[in-house]
Amino acid sequence: MAIFVFGAAALLLFSFAVGPDAEALRKFSAGFLWLGLLLSSTLTLAESFHAEMENRAMEGLLLLPASPRALYYGKAIANWLQLVFLGVALVPVMVVLYDAGTTRILELILVIALGAAGLSAPGTLYAAMTAQVRSKQTLLPLLLFPLIVPALLASVKATSLIILGDPMNQGKSWLVLLFAFDAIYWSLCGLLFHKVVEE
Amino acid sequence: MSVAASNNRFPALPWILLGLGIVCLAIGSYIGLFVAPPEALMGQVQRIMYVHVPTAWNALLAMTFAFVSALVFLFSSDWKWDARMEAAIEVGVVLAFLLCCQGSIWAKPTWGVWWDWDPRLTTTAVLLFAFLGILALRKFVEDPARRAIWSAVATIIAYADVPIVYYSVRWWNSLHQLQSSPATVSRQFWLPLRMNAFGILFLMTGFIMLRARVGSLRLKHELAPPPRAAEVTA
Repeated sequence: MAIFVFGAAALLLFSFAVGPDAEALRKFSAGFLWLGLLLSSTLTLAESFHAEMENRAMEGLLLLPASPRALYYGKAIANWLQLVFLGVALVPVMVVLYDAGTTRILELILVIALGAAGLSAPGTLYAAMTAQVRSKQTLLPLLLFPLIVPALLASVKATSLIILGDPMNQGKSWLVLLFAFDAIYWSLCGLLFHKVVEE
Repeated sequence: MSVAASNNRFPALPWILLGLGIVCLAIGSYIGLFVAPPEALMGQVQRIMYVHVPTAWNALLAMTFAFVSALVFLFSSDWKWDARMEAAIEVGVVLAFLLCCQGSIWAKPTWGVWWDWDPRLTTTAVLLFAFLGILALRKFVEDPARRAIWSAVATIIAYADVPIVYYSVRWWNSLHQLQSSPATVSRQFWLPLRMNAFGILFLMTGFIMLRARVGSLRLKHELAPPPRAAEVTA
């Protein structure tokens, strides 16, 4: 809930950066939505290993007869669901503030789901690292932001095409790119996670 | 073999490489600046290509070496590869930063802007920030084992991003000129280009070797068992 308020406040602030130009706001609404979601995601991701850091609970989890991979995918799916809910909840805020309505709700939800998956796969891995070091609040965005550039780009483009119309039918190719990014990082991060948590 | 000795098998080699690199760069730059004719369309501005293109090749090469070192370290747990990866990332970051600067100097008179959202430009910038993030990660983690494994994992993840960033930005926007091949470029143009490419390659290899040696020495210090109480007091 607090993170939703943070995301909504970010969306409100973006409109002050552009000024009360309704046309420009509508044009950039997809970018603002994803930047809002990205900024909020650093908060949810940083929190995701918070409980495990107390009383060495992480070591306890690793002692369980389950593979670290299962632990990673559990965490990543939880983060992903959180981000999807957050993204869907921010859509009405975007519609109200930027007049960026659309009737293609299902497609929009699909884009949010794929984009959130792109944020949560590497985000969960990096959160597992940065949760254990000092100044994690700086380090997580520093590592995550450059990495998710393609996912952000594709999500913004796809969302923007849904809101502003897609005369050239380009939306599909951005969805394919997003899907490819998700597939690569969901498998790669799953493969590497055990290296990060095991001593 | 001890950690420090592992990156110090040829103590004189980096210095020889640095010397060779400086000679190559001096000859290449002389030909590029004074002998080669100005290019027909871009004029004198084009001469920056003689350092810009070799920097780009070598920056990518350094990052690739960092990626290979990260893979080898994760599979073998051999500490000398951790030092090599650290060295390659640092040198790669310097080269990528130089690349962005040179590109801006060239772009302003040619395209009329300092910066453009072209695939290669944007990919270099993303790569620069990704690897700077990894260097920051290394600074924040004190435990050498964790530092090595985490930064190796982060290097692999960041390197896998390069082609994706490149193609996504290419779909998004493109202005950069296409690559030329030696077949379409006159000898007067490619000679200084190759001289400089080898010059920067030698410099880069020399710096990576020296930096890896420093990294190994630090690892040796960090991994050494703590001195016994008797030795401390004595």
